[in-house]
Amino acid sequence: MGEPFAIDARALGDLEPDVVIGPEEDVRGHAALGNHRVIGLAFPKWRDGRAYSSARILRERGFAGDIRAIGDLTVDQLVFLKRAGFSSVAAERPLDAAVAAAALARFPFVYQRAADGALPAWALRHAQAEAAE
Amino acid sequence: MYQYDEIDQALVDARVDEYRDQLSRRLAGALDEDHFKPLRLKNGLYLQLHAYMLRVAIPYGTLSGAQMRMLGHVARKYDRGYGHFTTRQNIQYNWIRLEESADLLASLATVEMHAIQTSGNCIRNISSDQYAGAAADEVDDPRPWAELLRQWSSFHPEFSYLPRKFKICVIGSETDRAAMKLHDIGLQLVRRDGELGFRVFVGGGMGRTPFVAPVIRDFLPTAEFLSYCEAILRVYNRYGRRDNIYKARIKILVHELGAAEFTRQVEAEHAHVKTLGIDAPEAEIERIRGFFAAPAFEVLGEDYPPPAPPVSTSREGGEFELWVARQVAVHKVPGYRIVNISLKPVGQIPGDASAGQMEAIAELAERFSFDEVRVTHAQNLVLPHVKASDLPAVWAKLVEIGLADANLDLASDVIACPGLDYCTLANARSIPVAQRIAALLQPKEAELGELKVKVSGCINGCGHHHAGHIGVLGVDRKGTENYQLLLGGSGAEDTSLAQILGPGFDETGIVNAVGKLTETYLSVRTDGERFLDTYRRVGAAPFKAAVYGEPVYG
Repeated sequence: MGEPFAIDARALGDLEPDVVIGPEEDVRGHAALGNHRVIGLAFPKWRDGRAYSSARILRERGFAGDIRAIGDLTVDQLVFLKRAGFSSVAAERPLDAAVAAAALARFPFVYQRAADGALPAWALRHAQAEAAE
Repeated sequence: MYQYDEIDQALVDARVDEYRDQLSRRLAGALDEDHFKPLRLKNGLYLQLHAYMLRVAIPYGTLSGAQMRMLGHVARKYDRGYGHFTTRQNIQYNWIRLEESADLLASLATVEMHAIQTSGNCIRNISSDQYAGAAADEVDDPRPWAELLRQWSSFHPEFSYLPRKFKICVIGSETDRAAMKLHDIGLQLVRRDGELGFRVFVGGGMGRTPFVAPVIRDFLPTAEFLSYCEAILRVYNRYGRRDNIYKARIKILVHELGAAEFTRQVEAEHAHVKTLGIDAPEAEIERIRGFFAAPAFEVLGEDYPPPAPPVSTSREGGEFELWVARQVAVHKVPGYRIVNISLKPVGQIPGDASAGQMEAIAELAERFSFDEVRVTHAQNLVLPHVKASDLPAVWAKLVEIGLADANLDLASDVIACPGLDYCTLANARSIPVAQRIAALLQPKEAELGELKVKVSGCINGCGHHHAGHIGVLGVDRKGTENYQLLLGGSGAEDTSLAQILGPGFDETGIVNAVGKLTETYLSVRTDGERFLDTYRRVGAAPFKAAVYGEPVYG
C-alpha cells in the first residue's frame, strides 16, 4: 500500500494508525480513542459495511482526528466513506487520484444527514424557501 | 403525485452519467466483469439465464400516465415488447442488451424514474398500498411517508452495504393490501388521541425462513420517523449476521435476539440518533404532502350513481356487471370507484403486460383516473380514481386490449415469480405451473370465492408462496423439478404463514393436488366461508386425506 488517499484535511497520510479496529468490534467499547491521531477501520471485504457505522459513531462521539478506511475498497465506495466520516483511505489497490476526485464531485446533493456536515435536500429546500420569503 | 425538483432530477441524472461512464469502461475492456458486476447491480441490471434483466423502481407502486407510457416505450424499444410487473410493485424487463442499458436509464430519467437500489444489499424500493389516497378506511395517506423514506434511503452512506437486502412497506389502513408484516420494516399509520404516528413492525419476511414481523413500537410519533428507521438500520448493520447469506436478513437477528431485546437495542440507539438532526422538518413533510393532495374530484353526491353492487359469486348477469362486481372497489369520494385491472388472463404470464397494453392503460389513466396508475404486489394494476359513470368506457377499452378479466383475488389471479424460465436462482419453473392451475380452477372460480394461489420457483419465495391460501414451492429434487404444497398463508391484515402439507409432486401432480384441495374445500365449507377460513377451522387433515389418500401422512 502506498500513501493513503486523503478525503479531507483531517487526513494524516504520513502517520500509521494508532489502532486498527475490525468490523466485528464495537467502537463504543474502546476506551480513550480520543487520544489517538489516526484510527484505522478495517474492511476485510468491501461488502462488509459495518465500519461505516463505526466511523459515524466515532464522529458522533466527537473524534476529530483522521479516520482511515483500510482494505478492500475501490473508488465506488468513496462517497459513502466520506459521508460516513472517513477522512482517508488506504486501499489494497491504490486509488487513481483523478478518478477519485471525479467520484467525490459527481453527486451535487445529498438526501440525508450523515457525518460529513453536508446539508440534506430538505434543509436546502427550506433554506431556499425561507430566503425567498 | 410527487414531482422531482432540481435536486431530485440532478441526482438521478448524475447517476445515469456515472453509469454511462462505467458501462463505456466495461465495453472498452478497461473494466472487467468482476468489477463491473456490483456497479451494474446497483443500477438494477442482473445477468439472467438468457439475457440481462433490468428491474426498474416504481416508488410505492405509483405511476403517472407519462411514466406508464415510457414503460411501454422501453418494452418496445429495448425489450421484446413486454414488461413484467413484480410482487414488489416494480417492473422487470427480461431481454435487455447491455450496450443499450445506459440509454434506457437516461430515457427513464426523463420521466423521473430510475433503477437505483433495485438490487444489492441496500434499502430497496419502498412498497405501499395500491389504494393509497383512494381507500375509505385510510387513517392517513402513506405515500408522502413512503416518498420521504425513498429520499432518506437513496444513496444512504451508512446503509449501502448491509448484511442483506432490506425492504420497507408503509400502509395507512387497518386493511393490509401490501403484505406489510412480511417486510423487513412494516409501518402502519395509526392515530392515538388524535395524534398521527406509526405502529412499527420489524423482522418479517418470506424466503427460506419465513416470519411474521413482531411489533417493536406501538406508537412512533411522526416527528421521529426517519431517526427511528435510522436506529433500526444501524442496529441491523452492526449486528445482523454476515457469516451466512441465508441468515443475514434482519428477521434472523430479531428472532435470535428476541423481539424484546432487539427493541431495547433499537430504543437505546434511537435515544442517541434522534439528537443528530436526522428527522426532516414538518415543512418538508408538508411540501411532499402537497404533491399528494386529492385531485379535483367532482361533487357527485352519495347516490350518483348507486354504489357498486356487492361482490357476487354468481356467474349470472352480463360480462360488464360481473367485471364491476369483481374488479371495482369502493372509493372514499362519493361517485368515484377504484378499478382493478387484472394482469392474469388465463393462459398468460402473471404480471406481464405488452407495450401496447401499457400505452392503452396510460391513456386510460390520463382520461379517466386523474393521470394515475398503481401497481399491486399481486402483480395487477389499479386505476385509483375513476368516476362511476366512466366505468363502461374503461371496461370497453380493457376488453379491447384483453385485460378485462374479472378474477381479482380469485383462483386464476395467481401470483408467480419468473422461475426457471428466466431466473438464475430458480430450481423449477413457476409460470407453466401457475398457468395450468389457473386454467384448471378458472371455470369454477366464482364458486370458490376468494382463493389466493401463489407460486415460487425457489425457496427465496418471490412468488410469495408462504402467504398463499394455497402456496406452491418449486424445488430441485435430484435434478428434477418437484413442487411442494403449502396451505393456510395470508399476506393480509390476518397475516399467517402457509405450512407444508406433505410430500411434493411433479408438475402434473401438483396441479391435480390443487384441484383436489378445492374439491375438499367445497365439500366442507360453511356458507360464505373463504378457503382460508375453512382451512383454519378444520385444519390440514381433510386436505391431506384428499391429496395423499388414507392413511394420512404424518
